[in-house]
Amino acid sequence: MGWLRRLDRRWIFLSMLLAVAIPQLTQARVPEKPTPLVMAVFDKIESLPDGSLVLISFDYGPSAQGELAPMATALMRHCCLKRHKLVLMTLWPDGKPLVERAINQVLVDEFADFGFKYGVDYVNLGYKPGKEVVIKTIANSFRTEFPTDDGDRKLDDLPLTADLTSLADMDLLVSISAGFPGLKEWVQYASSPLKIPLAVGATAVQAPQAYPYIPGQLLGILAAIKGAAEYEVALGEVYPKYSEPKMQDGVRRMAPQLWAHLLIIGLIVLGNIAAFSERFERPRP
Amino acid sequence: MKSTIPWLIAAVAGSVVIAAYFIPAAQSWQDAIGQWFEVLAAVAFILGGANLCLQNLQKISARQAGWGYAAVTLVSFVVTLGVGLLKIGVPVEDPQHPWAGSYQAEGSAEWWLFEYAYNPLVATMFALLAFYVASAAFRAFRLKNAEATLLLLTAFVVLLGRTYAGTVLTAQVPDEYSAFSIPGLTTIIMGVFNTAGQRAIMIGIALGVAATSLKVLLGINRSYLGSGDG
Amino acid sequence: MTCRYALWILAGSFCLIWTTARAVAQPAGVGPAPPHDLVAADHPGDNGNAIDLKWTLSGDDHPDFKPRRIRAYRIDRTLIDEPLSDDAVLESFEVPYGVAQYTDRRCRPSAAYRYSAVAIAVDGSVSPPVATSGETRAIRQWFDSSRTSFAVILVIVCGLVIFYTERTKAGKSLHVREIAALTAMREAVGRATEMGRPCLFITGIEDMNEIATVAGVAILSHVAETAADYDAEIVVPTTRSLVMTAAQEAVAAAYLAADRSDAYNPNNIYYVTDEQFAFVAHITGYMVRERPAACFYAGIFYAESLILAETGNSVGAIQIAGTSEATQLPFFVAGCDYTLIGEELFAASAYLTREPQQLGSLKGQDAGKVLAAAVLVVGCLLKTAVVLRPDSAGPGEWLKFLMSTCLGGD
Repeated sequence: MGWLRRLDRRWIFLSMLLAVAIPQLTQARVPEKPTPLVMAVFDKIESLPDGSLVLISFDYGPSAQGELAPMATALMRHCCLKRHKLVLMTLWPDGKPLVERAINQVLVDEFADFGFKYGVDYVNLGYKPGKEVVIKTIANSFRTEFPTDDGDRKLDDLPLTADLTSLADMDLLVSISAGFPGLKEWVQYASSPLKIPLAVGATAVQAPQAYPYIPGQLLGILAAIKGAAEYEVALGEVYPKYSEPKMQDGVRRMAPQLWAHLLIIGLIVLGNIAAFSERFERPRP
Repeated sequence: MKSTIPWLIAAVAGSVVIAAYFIPAAQSWQDAIGQWFEVLAAVAFILGGANLCLQNLQKISARQAGWGYAAVTLVSFVVTLGVGLLKIGVPVEDPQHPWAGSYQAEGSAEWWLFEYAYNPLVATMFALLAFYVASAAFRAFRLKNAEATLLLLTAFVVLLGRTYAGTVLTAQVPDEYSAFSIPGLTTIIMGVFNTAGQRAIMIGIALGVAATSLKVLLGINRSYLGSGDG
Repeated sequence: MTCRYALWILAGSFCLIWTTARAVAQPAGVGPAPPHDLVAADHPGDNGNAIDLKWTLSGDDHPDFKPRRIRAYRIDRTLIDEPLSDDAVLESFEVPYGVAQYTDRRCRPSAAYRYSAVAIAVDGSVSPPVATSGETRAIRQWFDSSRTSFAVILVIVCGLVIFYTERTKAGKSLHVREIAALTAMREAVGRATEMGRPCLFITGIEDMNEIATVAGVAILSHVAETAADYDAEIVVPTTRSLVMTAAQEAVAAAYLAADRSDAYNPNNIYYVTDEQFAFVAHITGYMVRERPAACFYAGIFYAESLILAETGNSVGAIQIAGTSEATQLPFFVAGCDYTLIGEELFAASAYLTREPQQLGSLKGQDAGKVLAAAVLVVGCLLKTAVVLRPDSAGPGEWLKFLMSTCLGGD
């Protein structure tokens, strides 16, 4: 068992690479079933009257894109299908291009038939520095932080935002969050004091932090890629067009996650076998 | 005096933010303080940028070990800053206002750097986590005692429950006992045990933050100002 | 005569039937049923710039009506105090179907407003308006009464901290349990000195507005003092410019306190980048190249926690970590030799300095925890009583009082 105790870390790295790459390259798929926490978010968006005002904050950068972009896309698709008005923003400096990418992918390309108009159906507020201070300020006054949108157009001149005074005017807040500022700050400074419904999407590591806020301060949570996959399945069940594999990025990424988790369990078992063997092989005093 | 004035600024700003939570009329003061913080943080970036240049120039001029990395850092810094400030490659939409386009507009040099350099680099760094998790799992998770065993079993249930493996392994469990299936147990672990633990830690941290904030406001703790008196 | 009455009755019946049929059939071009019972009231606990509006939905606005008949409600606002001013011009805003309340947040304090509402049908036709009965004014409140319970909790917690601080200053001695991670700090610096390798200190990746970063810098000042004592090198890369200046001040003061100002090297406390993973790349690169003997992490950490801890472990460094980010604690526990869990990070400064006023604040924190635990136990007992005896009103009333009045919940 000495070889196991002296196992080079690079073998572990290689096995992880294979566990993720092979299912990804073979496009393997595993079935998913939406859980109540995901359905709580889905049902809220579904039950809001058409044309409700929804704010989505992209609180992540390119690093967490693989984990969070599928849920952002799925949530935006659902809002578009319900013709909700979208106000999009980010509290992360490197999140700005990701907002633009999501707008182009969903609102401009996929929903071209719906004829969504900028300023009427959606507005991109872009990035604003200040982190949680931005949330605190827009909870009182939107214009203080955002006199204009991302393209320097006055909010007063855009039909969608002309009457927007503060976060309290929103029917639903959504934060897709990878850290700070993110879900915790939206709970503390927006949903909790203003009593506005908040739904969050979070990375796997951050998700446990969200549980204590459910259901009082949070509607539900889309936890990591599994949350995205479940949301895509829920969307596909109501809107069959979205059950096509090409529309389910999150579902596609669950197979690599399955094998990675099994590998980790295997490694823990192997590590313990190595530790026990050392204990037994050690000469007794 | 060196630490008294900064402490007074911290005390006044902190008190106003607390007051604004309860007094609606003071909310505009809180907004003003927030904006001041943003301005100061932005100005402080110049300080950081200057320090970065100084450190790396020193390494290059002294030919310290790894000075090549310092050169790469400096070149990257200057190039990124330059193409952003000069809006190189930004498409001109209105000839009357050639500088009006966004510095990150699609097709611009800054956009190119973001898409093809920054984006893959940070995604790679984040992806490294998968390898470090695997390595830590092999090295650190040991059945040392009863608590560690409990933790390990919980980890197995959650790892399986968050994938299709959990569903397959306990597919035979009847629906009325679904709480005892692996996905059901995962839901209970996350919703009950995790939530209880998280709340306990959160309450402790919140009290710690409140006490430390109070020490900062009252000037009991000024070590962060370099006063050396605690 | 009888014939005339009969004709009148016939004509009246015809009118009645025609009106009713018209209302039910909703032919194109005729407005929908209006909303009713429009009520306006000052929004409580604000700066006098909001008025709450409530109404009963139009009879045509029902989820069972397929296709939907109502598209939205339009609320019109008139300023009645100053009819000649600009605000007197009618202002309108729309809310979607199915919504029976709206808060107008664009009011002027103490100005008198009148509101009217109409339902707008899907075909664009508009119902007759319904108006508020009188004028409504947005009144500025000097205290947000909905946050009274929070204010009381704040006063109690802060009061306890101040009370115990004063008590300790007056000479009352306090016992603080041993925190292994803090005791090991001196040992870690000593090991680095013996091996002739540097100590690496990371104050997290957030700015000075985070109290955990402040706590991290406070720990840094003590580690730096030990390093100055032992003549060990301490390196502090930072991810924020403000943290860099604060760390430089703290370390300089620590070297001064150890009477080793000559050994202080400001170049060892430097700014790297604000970008999380670029910072991580720098730190891991530094660890692999310089192989520090002791690594300290105190502040706010996110995804980088495991990368740092695993790299530190691979170079054989003794590692001590502390963070207020509960989600990162498992990674530090797995990767480091010692970990400060949650609030221990904030207790570190008091533990290390042993100053009476700082120790007093620890005792105040503990008293706060006892209070929180007591509320939790009482809440659990009451909730259990409500479940076991749903018919009994007492526990339910007490639970409601605890949740709403004492804790400010819904």
